[in-house]
Amino acid sequence: MDFMVFQYPMISVQACLDGILLGILFALVAYGMALQWGVMNIINIAQGDLVILGGYIAYFMYLYGIHPAWGVIIAPIIMFFVGVGLYKLVINKVVDRDLFISILATFGISILFMQLMNFAFGADVVLANSGYGTTFLFDSAVVLPNSKIFSAFISILFAICLVVYMKKSKLGRAIRATAQNSRAAKILGVDTEKVYAATFGINAALCGVAGALISITFTIHPYMGLPYTIRSFMIVIVAGLGNLPGVALSGMGLGVFEEFADYILGTEFRIGAVFLLLVLILVYRRFKLSRKREYLK
Amino acid sequence: MSKNIILYAAILVFGITAPFIFPAFKVQLSILCVLIVLALTWNIQGGEMGYNTFGNILFYGLGMYLCASVQVGMFFPLAEWTESGGEKTFVHTPAQFFQGMAVGLVVAAVVPTIVAGLIGYAILGLRGHYFAICTLGLGVAAGEISGGIEIIGAGQGFTTPPFPDVGGLEARGEFFYLLSFVALVLTFITVRAIYSTRFKLILNAIRDNEDKAEAMGIQTMKYKIIGWMISAFFCGLAGGIMGGLVGYIDSTDVAFDGREMGVFMVLMAILGGKGTLWGPVIGATVFHIFKEGFWTFFLGWQYVALGVLIVVIVIYFPEGIMGWLREKYPERFGEVVDEADRKAQVELK
Repeated sequence: MDFMVFQYPMISVQACLDGILLGILFALVAYGMALQWGVMNIINIAQGDLVILGGYIAYFMYLYGIHPAWGVIIAPIIMFFVGVGLYKLVINKVVDRDLFISILATFGISILFMQLMNFAFGADVVLANSGYGTTFLFDSAVVLPNSKIFSAFISILFAICLVVYMKKSKLGRAIRATAQNSRAAKILGVDTEKVYAATFGINAALCGVAGALISITFTIHPYMGLPYTIRSFMIVIVAGLGNLPGVALSGMGLGVFEEFADYILGTEFRIGAVFLLLVLILVYRRFKLSRKREYLK
Repeated sequence: MSKNIILYAAILVFGITAPFIFPAFKVQLSILCVLIVLALTWNIQGGEMGYNTFGNILFYGLGMYLCASVQVGMFFPLAEWTESGGEKTFVHTPAQFFQGMAVGLVVAAVVPTIVAGLIGYAILGLRGHYFAICTLGLGVAAGEISGGIEIIGAGQGFTTPPFPDVGGLEARGEFFYLLSFVALVLTFITVRAIYSTRFKLILNAIRDNEDKAEAMGIQTMKYKIIGWMISAFFCGLAGGIMGGLVGYIDSTDVAFDGREMGVFMVLMAILGGKGTLWGPVIGATVFHIFKEGFWTFFLGWQYVALGVLIVVIVIYFPEGIMGWLREKYPERFGEVVDEADRKAQVELK
């Protein structure tokens, strides 16, 4: 326990800013999760591993001398096809089934991806150096790497593009119709199989963008996927499906919570704190819902 | 009935003599016993109650840490033991070792049961996938947090007391095999006993339609918690034995190993057929043989195989071996089959 964060207000400011910039990234991943959950009714445990895979794409571009920021464009393109391939191979068989089947099947995919990435890229913690320098605020009391600001900016840009695409384009309309009622959409001539594949591809592409940004700002490691899945799940259940401002806000809230947990409890308890928060949120939600049920009686 | 008694007697005799028939496989057989215990206890939740949990690993890991801590802490200062990394600063005498183990196993079984009772009311109120994800989070959180606690070894792990110098390696193997086999027999008898009571019917009612069961006047929460406590008891016991068997406890790789043991127990129960008495036993045996074969010959690729296996079993074989047998030979399961109906079905295929 370390309460220095409350004695020096500038550390709090630093933690808040770090948390918000981090939270925007989480919100991007969570938006993908909300999309597939809403449309296909599956929970994808491999979400975090798709993020890490996107990160490795950017990292490899960095290794071969291309600036990793281009990964923001390359990674989603590659990841879109990975997502569609994954859908054709596995996910299309779990769409109509019980949610637990999808959880377990994607858990298997997650383990598979983890180990394949471990073979392919090694078990080192890596980072793609963007060389963007840092910004100093308040007489150098608050230090913000420019890469974090860049990544938050790009995430917002992608989120806006996606929202506009979902509202305006034909495919976006088909996706929203399928989410509302897949049978009715099928009757009205929407090829739901294609819509599902596209949805999963878009989700994977979003993960790719987020992963590329994470490889620039933070670090990536083959086994770091599961926390990202849990974070996005948490954000989605706090915000609810299809509530984009809510997703953004709760993402930022989670980011700030994590930064403070990091300062107060110590870095070794950071992931533990995230998972405990998930348990607490679910339990809180359960008591809230059960109260509502009694009220209705 | 008499056929069943012969079967059980044969299994019992085989179980007792197995370490002497296959002396090279003593450790493997002990691990198999522990795996069967875990699969049987998972089946109480996942199979009979319909609550698919990833969180039974919590009780397993808790039992593992508790047993080792008690065994050390009864005679030596725990902090210094873990500080020295289990070097030979302190040595248990045989009497101390066995006393410690006995007390440790009791604690390892009882404390998780109490924990399950305490958290049960909050956690078991969740339904479906919320429950699954919540228990997954619980297991990982326990692993991460125990990996930060200094007194039980934090990141560097906890070496359990080495087996005392009585009879060497042979005696060690036989001791742990006996222990795990007794745990297995205890679990099987308990599970079999509760499956023949009204309790099982209530669990099945919860699985099939919880709201209706509640409306029929069953206090579902009470039975769910009791079911979870029974699971926790045997999971803790299994964890305590496994800790002594492995000889080394790491927070995320051995104790709260959601990636291995936590998934194994789900997989074994599903492979064997969930919601049956013998399913988890068969599933665990088949899985263990497969796993050991793969782990030995394709070292390094085991997690890839595990991932593929999970996907294949879950998607193509969700009813398990027992479910498949039941569909094929319904008469053996005491189901009355109409011959004409069956012929019609065969013709349809």
